[in-house]
Amino acid sequence: MSFSVEFDKKQNVLLVRMSGELDHHSSEQLKTKWKEQLHNQDIKHVVINLEMLSFMDSSGLGVILGRYKEVKQIGGEMVVCSISPAVQRLFELAGMFKIIRLEENEKYALMSLGVAS
Amino acid sequence: MNNEMHLKFSARSENESFARVSVAAFVAQMDPTMDELTEIKTVVSEAVTNAIIHGYGENGDGMVYIDCYLHDGAVEIDIRDEGVGMENVEQARQPLYTSKPELERSGMGFTIMENFMDEVEVSSAPGHGTTVKMKKFFKKSETLCN
Repeated sequence: MSFSVEFDKKQNVLLVRMSGELDHHSSEQLKTKWKEQLHNQDIKHVVINLEMLSFMDSSGLGVILGRYKEVKQIGGEMVVCSISPAVQRLFELAGMFKIIRLEENEKYALMSLGVAS
Repeated sequence: MNNEMHLKFSARSENESFARVSVAAFVAQMDPTMDELTEIKTVVSEAVTNAIIHGYGENGDGMVYIDCYLHDGAVEIDIRDEGVGMENVEQARQPLYTSKPELERSGMGFTIMENFMDEVEVSSAPGHGTTVKMKKFFKKSETLCN
């Protein structure tokens, strides 16, 4: 299954909805698009919705860590939601939850950042 | 039962998905759990990506080889490249180590392979490519043997 990403903006939060398989190949296009969104808009926080993501490897972790550094620089927070057990295991292995907060779904993630739905 | 499968493909990132899906399809006959299948897909992705990025420097030339063996309730997956190789295998295996920080690599590839497989062996030498040999025992077959 190929990869696709959809961006949405709620107040100062960038929503990143990923679907399909995120590997080294697809992480390149994700990185370009994601950087563009972060730089061209008035954004502070990021919510990553992984509900439709069926696969991720360490290349995906690399791109997320790269954007985390950018968000941290502007004093924002990164939240991930709707994660599958397999991807959650990968996040745990890499210690990602020490820096990225986990929420059950998009609604809770947005609420935690002060965005009313 | 002894069964084997061999793949040879161009070291291009487009083939990463082909590689992991092909190995998963071959291994499916062992009736693995969904978790086992995901683990196998992930480690194949990691080793093939290493071959493409580090072995061949993403130049699109060169081939990646996968040899896959099923026997005694286990799978052995050997992933090999004929790229630049490396001097220090131990350093490469350290969690969070990456030789290419500018590419936003997480440095978790080998850590993932070691966690998801039962055995991981890496052999490499500068100018002679790299081979990663991995082995995994299927849980269900273990129960059948007991």
